[in-house]
Amino acid sequence: MVLSILHRMTGVAMSIGLIVLAAWLMQAAAGPEAYLRFTVAMSSLIGKLFLVGWSFAFFFHAANGVRHLAWDTGRGFDKRQADRSAWIVVGFAAAATAAFWWAAT
Amino acid sequence: MSLKTPLGRVLGLGSAKEGTDHWWGQRVSAVAMLMLGSWFIYSLLQLESLTYLDVIRFIGVPLNGVLLSLLSITLSYHSYLGVQVVIEDYVHAPGTKVVSLLLSRFAHVFVAIAAVYGILVIGIGS
Repeated sequence: MVLSILHRMTGVAMSIGLIVLAAWLMQAAAGPEAYLRFTVAMSSLIGKLFLVGWSFAFFFHAANGVRHLAWDTGRGFDKRQADRSAWIVVGFAAAATAAFWWAAT
Repeated sequence: MSLKTPLGRVLGLGSAKEGTDHWWGQRVSAVAMLMLGSWFIYSLLQLESLTYLDVIRFIGVPLNGVLLSLLSITLSYHSYLGVQVVIEDYVHAPGTKVVSLLLSRFAHVFVAIAAVYGILVIGIGS
């Protein structure tokens, strides 16, 4: 239940992140000064918080998306299985986010 | 003002013919995003740094440029389909709904073109 709304929220969050992804590419194409301005903005505390948020959103939405794809094939529908896969999704998203930033820094 | 029930009014008119396209498109782009997203996360971790020269060198590699373009287009498409459902679920006033859907469509096409254009400029320049 909670994961369903979280799936939407992380999806919408990444739709906004998509704008930043495009801005990243456009600023890189625009040249070193423009790109520097972009990286300075993203290195701020708020910028970093957003990046961590988007990485979590990605891992959560991807894992929960796989869960949805499994449901589409008619699998994993009973209550116990659905509860169990929900915890796996949350655990994976948290662990993957931590591992990603540990590897990135 | 019709005395027909809502069901009576639509019976026999057929479906809007777009239901399965939307559903299927979302699934196909979801599977594509799993692969492209994994590649992107892996690539970010492989990057020496996110400074200008390292990023330009990465995007300038033809295969990376192709995959990044695919990712931008697929992500925009998947995002458009998702945002469309959210708008349809939460925006009920007919006028606002149509305008929101229209703006969402324009914004998604704009973002996809902007991303691919940026990648092309970098690819051609390097």
